[in-house]
Amino acid sequence: MNDVPGADRRAERGPVLRKGVGIPASGWFDPRGRALGGFAFSLNRVTGLGLVFYLYLHLGVLSLLLGGERSWSDFLRLATSWAFLSLDILLIFGILYHGLNGIRVALVGSGLVADRQRALWWSLGVIGTIALIAATLHIYGSK
Amino acid sequence: MSSMGTRRFRVYRYKRGDPGWRFDLFVVPVTSRTTVLEALRWTQLHLDRTLALRHSCLHASCGTCGVQVDGREVLACVTPVDELGATITVEPVANIPVLTDLVVDMREFVARFPEEIATVRASEQPAGAVPPDGIGAYGRFEDCIECGLCLSACPVSATSDAYVGPAALAAAQRLLEEPRGVDPDRVLDWADDPSGAWRCHAAFECTAACPSNVRPAERIMALRGALAGRGDRA
Repeated sequence: MNDVPGADRRAERGPVLRKGVGIPASGWFDPRGRALGGFAFSLNRVTGLGLVFYLYLHLGVLSLLLGGERSWSDFLRLATSWAFLSLDILLIFGILYHGLNGIRVALVGSGLVADRQRALWWSLGVIGTIALIAATLHIYGSK
Repeated sequence: MSSMGTRRFRVYRYKRGDPGWRFDLFVVPVTSRTTVLEALRWTQLHLDRTLALRHSCLHASCGTCGVQVDGREVLACVTPVDELGATITVEPVANIPVLTDLVVDMREFVARFPEEIATVRASEQPAGAVPPDGIGAYGRFEDCIECGLCLSACPVSATSDAYVGPAALAAAQRLLEEPRGVDPDRVLDWADDPSGAWRCHAAFECTAACPSNVRPAERIMALRGALAGRGDRA
């Protein structure tokens, strides 16, 4: 692998324009000129960060068990509210999107269906949407 | 040009030694057939002779006039102003250091390519075919015009200068298709690196931006397939 080009004269370089608002990672979410694959990439990042946040939230919630039956019962009352159930649906969306897009990236990344990334996105999107609707009906139906 | 109206151009400006960059606003007369490059050249001739830009062929063959227009990577010479809004923002391509105004340092783009890459290569011809008098051999251009638009559009390159980028990886995959004396294993060794083929996150923005139908993302995926297919070489 080549060395990073120009690294030895970095101090002499002019500015490097980045997309977004100046913070490098903000370019992931700059919608200007983006195609489907770019939006898929950005949403994958967002859902990935959301799932990591949920993991820690989940561990925090489980720690309520240390407070005994009363603290857990208080949480269960909150967890079965409409607002909280709506957040569950958001969570399921994140899981479905990240998982299904991961399958798409794996299939495309294998080189087997590299020219079918758009068709895969739409196909898996239909599957994900059906699954999300089913989950939503189940969650609200069981309330 | 016979004017049919005007457009406002917000043009990125930077000169070596400036404390930072800025946008300058120019009002340019345009027709329905005016391209962004023509508008910039008109600006250079009539409004500000210090405006620096690169261009050459004027028909999307050379790749030198690559810029961002309203955040989208394009070749300015084939981008009609008519399809754009009243105010048009023109910036240099991203992820490559700016030398001045709209001119970026393409040395840093070209330096990413593996050493074996050549953009003009000997063309294969049927056995026994003889070139006409005065022609030693046929040459053929590769599709990639080295405009740098793919590197600008790549979201991974936005956060990592170490990633070699779509153009270089696509060129490596071309070498696998037509090695012409290059050892394919050397190419695969070059690409088999955390900053090589494996750094791509399959956003396919490079393919969307490419004006020359190179389809860099698909080539990177094919490169990965070739890397996976050769198994563990440790």
